[in-house]
Amino acid sequence: MTRTTTSGGAATVGDNSPLGLYRSMLRIRLIEEAIAERYAEQEMRCPVHLSIGQEAVAVGVCAELRRTDKVVSTHRCHAHYLAKGGDLKAMMAEIYGKAAGCCGGRGGSMHLFDDDVGMLLSLPIVASCMPIAVGAALALRQEGTDGVAATFFGDGSIEEGVFHESMNFAALHRLPVLFVLENNLYSCYTGLADRQPDRPLADLAKAHAMAAETADGNDLEAVRAATARAVARGRAGEGPTLLVFDTYRWREHCGPNYDNDIGYRTEAEFQGWKAGCPVERTAAALRAAGLLDEALEAALRRELGAEVAEAFDFARNAPFPAADSVKDHVYG
Amino acid sequence: MADTRLMNVAAALREATDLCMARDPRVFVMGEGVADPKAIFGTTAGLLERYGRDRVMEMPIAENGFTGVAIGAALLGRRPLIIHQRVDFALLALEQLVNNAAKTRYVSNGRHRVPLVVRMIVGRGWGQGPAHSQSLDALFAMIPGLKLVLPTTAREAKGQLIAAIEDDDPVMMIEHRWVHYATGHVPEGYYTVPLDGPRRVREGGDVTIVATSYMLLEALRAADTLAQAGVQADVIDMAVPRPFRPQLVVDSVRRTGRLLCIDTGFRLFGIGAELVASVAEQALGSLAKPPVRLGLPDHPTPSTRALLTDFYPTALSIIDAAAELADVPVERIAGPREALAVELSKLPMDVPHPTFRGPF
Repeated sequence: MTRTTTSGGAATVGDNSPLGLYRSMLRIRLIEEAIAERYAEQEMRCPVHLSIGQEAVAVGVCAELRRTDKVVSTHRCHAHYLAKGGDLKAMMAEIYGKAAGCCGGRGGSMHLFDDDVGMLLSLPIVASCMPIAVGAALALRQEGTDGVAATFFGDGSIEEGVFHESMNFAALHRLPVLFVLENNLYSCYTGLADRQPDRPLADLAKAHAMAAETADGNDLEAVRAATARAVARGRAGEGPTLLVFDTYRWREHCGPNYDNDIGYRTEAEFQGWKAGCPVERTAAALRAAGLLDEALEAALRRELGAEVAEAFDFARNAPFPAADSVKDHVYG
Repeated sequence: MADTRLMNVAAALREATDLCMARDPRVFVMGEGVADPKAIFGTTAGLLERYGRDRVMEMPIAENGFTGVAIGAALLGRRPLIIHQRVDFALLALEQLVNNAAKTRYVSNGRHRVPLVVRMIVGRGWGQGPAHSQSLDALFAMIPGLKLVLPTTAREAKGQLIAAIEDDDPVMMIEHRWVHYATGHVPEGYYTVPLDGPRRVREGGDVTIVATSYMLLEALRAADTLAQAGVQADVIDMAVPRPFRPQLVVDSVRRTGRLLCIDTGFRLFGIGAELVASVAEQALGSLAKPPVRLGLPDHPTPSTRALLTDFYPTALSIIDAAAELADVPVERIAGPREALAVELSKLPMDVPHPTFRGPF
């Protein structure tokens, strides 16, 4: 399972060994499940859009990026932030509205960023992230680097005009942008078939003379391979790529619960996707390769569980920002 | 002054841009038409030849998209200058401007900067019509996090644009197309005019007149005529409505007791409304008379000049409003007012300047 990365020898985001990437996926899963579990305590008082079920896209894409490459995400940004190496305590403190949050409590869960690792912005308006990433790629080129910018977004985003504006611009200027489409089949509670004509989503790139790749978004290695090719194209000055990864959001659009009972999708459909759980698939591959056994799995879960517990304790006990700081930083 | 030259606002803006691009390689220009032969009313003329296509970037017709591109580049430390030939076009970019440019510094708790300038031009005359002549200053002024500059004179326009490009916050510069023709002395070389609120342009104790952009030129004409009738107007240019610093206006009204506001936008919900509210909140007892706002009437701007005879405030309507506020008898102002009316009637009402021949 070892393979070369596209980071060109520069610092990668994290440990790109097979076990390291599995650890990263499991870590995201455990963090998100902890948020879901504790959400009922009414202490995380902001909307949360959980990434459970979509971990392979975040980890697979970010594994191919350098620390200095830029990522721009959406309202559903937890997994991207964590996979890019964003600080967990700053994320949890932000969700708890605390001063130690990455935004000092001003953004909440939909605005996660971490400048130290190239997690540039998360933006809660659908498709708003795309041109920001194109601009970041333009700046990277103007600076004379071979850095790339990746933007994640869902299938609803491609109905926005700015999706096409961004692809047109990036293709025209051959900018190193990865348009990462996480197709989880639903925009809130409306299925793809009710919103778009039936056609291969990757064909949208053809309209802008752009490269495109489609892969199973729950297959870590497939995500990595497609991303690696896109990154290589970007670094070589060959322009942007649309990456289409099919995946599935396990829980409700916004909030901690399962919602297969409310009528917009079926329990059977969910169970089908759950059976192909990206975290479990990666674990199975590791086991088959002799890289993971029950003892190691248990140790990993203990270690991660302790880290997650510590981050929650930190966030819960951290002070709120001072009320009189509310007017700060409107202007410089 | 020996070291100044006469030039109009459009030329002054071009000079400011050229100077900033020469001083700072991070500055680049984006817009529909910035690299075309018309060069945004001449305000980008010659820049393509001097700096090349990488720094004078012609844009696809995708206002929200390329505004987001500019914001993304600015976040990484570049200094983009966007230009829209009409404010109306920039409406397509409001999502990026309002949700991202205006909020990123605040949401990041002061860690992010968006050093972006957006120049937008307000059309008027020659039948521009309802969607090519909107003065939407108040729309942008409504958003905390955006700065707003409304240039009027050539000297200040140059210094304000340099200050805007050097500013670490997103600055909206709204230029009235007719202001582009205003000519004045402009110093050579580098200087800035700070983006720090209103400034007094004429001192007087009888009535406070606050105006913006092209209406400041009308207000100054009116003030000359009022002076002939013995009325001294305190004329304030609300050149920087954002950040909002009304203190100069409030202090002026404390002396004059009379407030007249004129801007280029709709009268309702406009900049004048905010100024009147601020004066009412801070100096109600100083008001000798109810304040007066002049602005556009409460309907869209039609194309034909036949429907525009009473649409725009003029020096004459400013004189009338100011004279009434200052309790000046009609007969005292009638002579100088009539002389001005004769002078103004020499130019067709739908052009800014004798050299203007359309079409936009």
